[in-house]
Amino acid sequence: MNKNTHETDVIIIGAGPVGLFAVFELGLLDMKAHLVDILDKPGGQCAELYPEKPIYDIPAFPVITGQELTDNLMAQIEPFSPTFHLQQMAEKLEKLDNGKWQLTTDQGTVLIAPVIVIAAGGGSFVPKKPNIPNLEDFEGTSVFYAVRQMDQFKGKNVLIAGGGDSALDWCLNLQPLTQSMALVHRRADFRAAPDSVSKMMGLVSNKKMDFHVADIKELYGFDGRLNSVMVQPKGEEAYQVPCDTLLAFYGLTMKLGPIADFGLNFDKNLIPVDTEKFETSTAGIFSIGDINTYPGKLKLILSGFHEGALMAQQAFRIVYPDKKLRFQYTTSSTSLQEKLGVEGKAE
Amino acid sequence: MKIYVTDPDGKEHALDALEGWRVMEIIKDYELPLKAECGGACCCATCHVYVHEDWVDKLYDIQDEEEDMLDEAMDVKDNSRLSCQILMSEELDGLKVTIAPGTEP
Repeated sequence: MNKNTHETDVIIIGAGPVGLFAVFELGLLDMKAHLVDILDKPGGQCAELYPEKPIYDIPAFPVITGQELTDNLMAQIEPFSPTFHLQQMAEKLEKLDNGKWQLTTDQGTVLIAPVIVIAAGGGSFVPKKPNIPNLEDFEGTSVFYAVRQMDQFKGKNVLIAGGGDSALDWCLNLQPLTQSMALVHRRADFRAAPDSVSKMMGLVSNKKMDFHVADIKELYGFDGRLNSVMVQPKGEEAYQVPCDTLLAFYGLTMKLGPIADFGLNFDKNLIPVDTEKFETSTAGIFSIGDINTYPGKLKLILSGFHEGALMAQQAFRIVYPDKKLRFQYTTSSTSLQEKLGVEGKAE
Repeated sequence: MKIYVTDPDGKEHALDALEGWRVMEIIKDYELPLKAECGGACCCATCHVYVHEDWVDKLYDIQDEEEDMLDEAMDVKDNSRLSCQILMSEELDGLKVTIAPGTEP
């Protein structure tokens, strides 16, 4: 088997809180899980959008932040050693002749398992794109939303858009490599590390880069090659900034993405499931958390936890068709405590 | 209490507003198209609206956190606000807002 190919019991698409807790429920029933997530860290929305924000409706936690919840879940599932495939998007799902599912990611990772769990929340995090008419003509050739290889920008005339840490960090990291560097942001304040802001301002005062307080209005160039960008300062006349590369950092937003093409039924971008097993219209493919829908559905983390527990019961029947499923409590079952690595610690 | 919300197609909707509710929650409750993906935590900028000029000065001043988050919104104007940060009260009865681009669900 290729080193990029992994066979496991369950593939979970989405490593948000619901996907993480599913690892626990599956683990108690002896099923191993691999998780795929587009972000560079587990936690989903909780870790990406609101790590510092308090959540008040997690049972038994009067208050917990998105990051604390993620950290606690990671500690809770640690005994089950899940495998994470981060910064990858689940791209293609096929049924193999032996009845198992094969999931391929955009990075070429191949995962094979009898059970798929879609816990993708609001979809895949993708970069927000500025509202510019001919943006698409330049995407991938002159306009980028991430830096994969710094060398790609060597000797280029780069314009960076945005006012957060990504924009500031890449200004500082790429500036020494580039022919010219400029930053465009809608105001003179930033929500970025103060140290990065002062370093950037230092480069500006030493004439090593430019800073434009303005919005991007239009792109100019041909054949996908950018040669300048029209920027509009507030209440002043627009002007052109010559550049051959635009890096836009306006944060992330969620889009359904390739899951839409997995052959499942959808109802307004949500996946209908039954409320006994949380299985989709396709046997062996389950859906839990914010991305599913059923009568009475509430988009709450706690609902997703419940859905994961029930899903695991049916997943067990698929993964171990010949074994009898026994329902046990972690407080009393020595075999569950063994799996959790806590045997002998309980009274 | 009512608020008047213009959708991206230019159609105005009169919505019943409740004291203490966020304008974002009212818009979502009526199922008008508004992404509001972080659910009201001032963390995503996908509930961006333009406030009608008659109402701009009647709102609470924008806080730093909201102003920062507007950096991730598209086509920000002087009357841009995040609708999750506008709390309904009697004084805002009749508020008019327009859903901004970049907030499609």
